[in-house]
Amino acid sequence: MSIPVDPTPEALALGASHPDAEALGLAETPAQQLWRTFRKDRLAMLGLYVLVALVIVALLGNLLTGWWVVFDPATVRLPDKLLPPLSHASSALSKDLRPPFEAYPFGTDELGRSVFARMLQGSFVSLSVGIVAVSISLGIGVTVGGLAGFYGQRKIGPFSVDTLLMRFTDVVLCFPTFFLILTVVALLPPSIYNIMIVIGITSWMSTARFVRAEFLALREQDFVTAAKALGLPEWRIIFRHMIPNALAPVLVSATINVAHAILTESALSFLGFGVRPPYATWGNILADGRSYIFDAPWLFLIPGAAILLVVLSFNLVGEGLRDALNPKLRKRAG
Amino acid sequence: MSEAAEPLLSIRELRVEFATDAGPVPAVRGIDLQITAGETVALVGESGSGKSVTAMSVMRLTEGQIAAGSIHFQGRDLASVPEAELRSIRGGQIGMIFQEPMTSLNPVFTIGRQIEEVLVLHQRLSGRAARAQALELLQRVGIPAPERRLTQYPHELSGGMKQRVMLAIAIACRPRLLIADEPTTALDVTIQAQIMELLRSLQREFGMAVLLITHDLGVVAHFAERVLVMYAGKIVEQGSVRDVFKRASHPYTQALLAALPDPLKPAKRLEAIPGRVPSPSLLPRGCAFCARCAYAFEPCPDRQPPLYPVGDAHSAACFLRQP
Repeated sequence: MSIPVDPTPEALALGASHPDAEALGLAETPAQQLWRTFRKDRLAMLGLYVLVALVIVALLGNLLTGWWVVFDPATVRLPDKLLPPLSHASSALSKDLRPPFEAYPFGTDELGRSVFARMLQGSFVSLSVGIVAVSISLGIGVTVGGLAGFYGQRKIGPFSVDTLLMRFTDVVLCFPTFFLILTVVALLPPSIYNIMIVIGITSWMSTARFVRAEFLALREQDFVTAAKALGLPEWRIIFRHMIPNALAPVLVSATINVAHAILTESALSFLGFGVRPPYATWGNILADGRSYIFDAPWLFLIPGAAILLVVLSFNLVGEGLRDALNPKLRKRAG
Repeated sequence: MSEAAEPLLSIRELRVEFATDAGPVPAVRGIDLQITAGETVALVGESGSGKSVTAMSVMRLTEGQIAAGSIHFQGRDLASVPEAELRSIRGGQIGMIFQEPMTSLNPVFTIGRQIEEVLVLHQRLSGRAARAQALELLQRVGIPAPERRLTQYPHELSGGMKQRVMLAIAIACRPRLLIADEPTTALDVTIQAQIMELLRSLQREFGMAVLLITHDLGVVAHFAERVLVMYAGKIVEQGSVRDVFKRASHPYTQALLAALPDPLKPAKRLEAIPGRVPSPSLLPRGCAFCARCAYAFEPCPDRQPPLYPVGDAHSAACFLRQP
């Protein structure tokens, strides 16, 4: 909170103009401005609510499934197999196997495991895969794009840095990504970390291109020259002055990439190349449900709907961000 | 050699070339320039005359290559010092302000942070001390309600305000030399006068030398002590402002002065210099101005005229002035 102060006598003596109303208006940070525009997009807000709820559920689920034995998604209760959603636990179960509240909100699978508990565990996997994979891809993308954009004119041998990095990007872009991931995952031990890393290093290319384009435009900007004229070191110009200005398109593509990564992980788990089976993910719950499509449709409907909802939400939030960050669509105050 | 007699900045035989597909193209073709401490020197010329490139070369900020010559500043040759040493001079001992205040500030940071950044970098101030100093600087450059400005973003300020902020950043470390690259070109006339007044008062207070790049002869007449007129990468005339304006000795300077509108004779048609500045890649062998010059004679197309003295510390590069 700043206090308005009258112009100093020196300021007036120097002929400074009166503080004009507009310039003294409410200071609004770019983030506040973004939030104000974003909030008006109902679909994007809906997506955001879903995602916030999901993050809470995933974190809570991770705690519950880890600490509370009756909530354990791996608990096998054979007498209660293939029960539909909202059914009660049968009395044949021993006391320590009974689910919380004696109920299966999402039913049970062919081994009598609670689908609700498995979905909770899976939500944490899906979200963490999405976020970690995109963090890796952002790291690589911003570095490659930034180097190509900032140092592009430097020569290494007969080629410029820009040529080397961007042609390499094109080469990676040419791989059929999903098959590459399948191959790599088939060769590596099936661990969730390997999947995060593999998805990350096969999805950075569009970020690199965005960042390069932004950097090419930014390096010609006067404020970058001005920063050089102030004697700022190059790393500081890149990290403190250019990257924050290049963040807008990166943020949008990152959001949409999270959806993509979640989908890829689900597909991998569905095909059996993902996380090792006793551990539940949305993809392998769906895969297990495949054999009981007619007998127990909830087994594939529930994880399918969850994947759909999350991917849709990330995409809606991404679109909302894109619109909110686009100065042409941004409306002033109101 | 005493400290006092030595100029603060001494540019000798500076050549700056831009690499193109057709080979190197010279933008600055061997110029000499000295600035002593505390003095204001104006570098005047049309667009493309090489005046901005010269100014940017002092800070080694040009895309072009410094092909020859030296730029001595306080005993160091800026054309060859290592990058790290140059960084301590940039922003520390030489400040710079630019033509476009609208785009010279980083849009995503507050004014306060941008001023503090230089103070922390060059003077190693703590965050709190830097903030106090930033406030003081904003007051000094005549910005009303400086406390509030510190937390504002560049888009919330007008062009004149932004140029004041740029000035505050440029003088933050009390530089010995301030390079002002067309500081008022993007501002309207009333603001121009305020900024130039501010520049002058800051210069007096801090004893800075100012290298003023401009194409506005009115600004030169009011603020500079010495003036150098550039044409196609060379200095065609130099001298005190009084001498150059009263006894312009190069046909180009004369034509420039004749092109100024005279408010007392509004009916008169504006004078213009026929033709245009030759492209730096297609310069004639002799005097670059000779194709547009009304007085061109036999030696002009073949030889480049050196600077001939025409008065006390006043010289012109024209064969007409050959003694």
